[in-house]
Amino acid sequence: MLLEVRDLDKSFGGVAAVAGASFGVAEGSITALIGPNGAGKTTVFNLVSGFIRPDRGTVRFAGRDIAGARGDAVARAGLVRAFQAPRVLTRMSVLDNMMLGAKDQPGERLGMSWIAPRRVARREREIHARALEMLELIRLSKLAGDYAGTLSGGQRKLLELGRALMSQPRMILLDEPMAGIAPVLGEQLLQHIQDLRARQMTVCVIEHDMDVVMSIADRVIVMDEGRVIAEGTPDEVQRDERVIEAYLGRLGAGDAASASSVAP
Amino acid sequence: MTESILKVSAVSAGYGGEDVLRDVSIEVHRGTIAAVIGPNGSGKSTLLKVIYGLVPAREGRVVLLDRDGRERDLRNLRPHQITALGINMVPQIANVFPEMSVLENLEIGALPIRDRLPRQLEAVLAALPLLRPMLGKRAATLSGGQRQMLAVGRALMSDPLLLILDEPSAGLAPMVQDEVFAKIRSINALGVSVLMVEQRARQCLAIANFGYVLEQGRNRLQGAAAALLADPEVVSLYLGVRRMPTLLKR
Repeated sequence: MLLEVRDLDKSFGGVAAVAGASFGVAEGSITALIGPNGAGKTTVFNLVSGFIRPDRGTVRFAGRDIAGARGDAVARAGLVRAFQAPRVLTRMSVLDNMMLGAKDQPGERLGMSWIAPRRVARREREIHARALEMLELIRLSKLAGDYAGTLSGGQRKLLELGRALMSQPRMILLDEPMAGIAPVLGEQLLQHIQDLRARQMTVCVIEHDMDVVMSIADRVIVMDEGRVIAEGTPDEVQRDERVIEAYLGRLGAGDAASASSVAP
Repeated sequence: MTESILKVSAVSAGYGGEDVLRDVSIEVHRGTIAAVIGPNGSGKSTLLKVIYGLVPAREGRVVLLDRDGRERDLRNLRPHQITALGINMVPQIANVFPEMSVLENLEIGALPIRDRLPRQLEAVLAALPLLRPMLGKRAATLSGGQRQMLAVGRALMSDPLLLILDEPSAGLAPMVQDEVFAKIRSINALGVSVLMVEQRARQCLAIANFGYVLEQGRNRLQGAAAALLADPEVVSLYLGVRRMPTLLKR
């Protein structure tokens, strides 16, 4: 397992968003994390990617404990994320947005441009070339010089994916990549996600479009009320009564009804 | 079957440029519970907002049969006008005033029928007896289930013909969900027609007479609630089908 999460807990003001979640993501797989609204999926992503600290539990990535590590440290370790609502820097060009995503940028330290200007320039050229290459891949080359603020929602999602890939991660977390994206761009995005797997990258994706999940995922992890309630292949989880219950509610609840009232 | 108290015909609506609802039709028969279910993003809540005048219908008709048996077109009416005609809605969140007492929350609900307030208050407290001992409490101190019941009570204070509920079980513990569903059924038994939207599809269908399943803003399935409850297609609408669209193939 490239990513191993054990007994993860996180509460917000006394409400447990994640309560003892455990799961693993195999290297080179597309693993979907699904569950009804409020199941704790995005909180798990926030915990794993270092945006918030867990109250308890361990997160191991490539054998290293990264629980509670900061987001930048997690990203340097090779685990990056893309957000549900894309976060692009609207007043920077598309190309500059891409270049921001690269690791090892000596030019970020003022001193380095004085001490080792050539090294800074060389790295800058490498990053520039890679950004152009990546833009080609996500078919945004034509827009490289435009402000990112002029992109459509779907294009921003592609840009965010491209920027996340700039750091050449081992694993990427995608939070609802298909949400709010036009069908044509959506299919393109799906294509990219499958290309990532073909290049041995590990993908963990939260997605509400179940047809997409069932079509592209190798493994599916199902959460409900902060816990992992089922795990398996798409076919297995679709037949799992616990999963059906999480999505459609319980059977026969109406019978328990009759005389009872909401007790004070 | 009895007559339709509410008829939504071929409604298209959305936010900004894109339609979230496309050509959606539903009916609620007098005295029954109608359920609208469907996966996330299927347009359920938007449908309720269209009926209650919170989102305009771009196309289609929304018609209520009022107390005098007249057909009333609800399009272009504001929510308070729709309430006055006999529909009230319990939204999913922010449905009580937390800083007001339970009694004040109920009284606010009676604005459309001010002159009949005392009688209606008694009727609502008879239907929801759990509210009686807590009339003086601040609504903020109620549990999730109690709050939901207060929100329902407040809507009932306007003496509606049709009560609309947007995910009444959301955020409630399983046992409390059951109690809320049971309460909805007993309120319906008092003669109030109910239209409800739910994520907990099976519990909702268990108390409903008729159900509609929406998917991606369109009517997908409809039928007697019991029949939908047994329909495997409903499950696959929620849990997806494995398919390989052309672009998914390499």
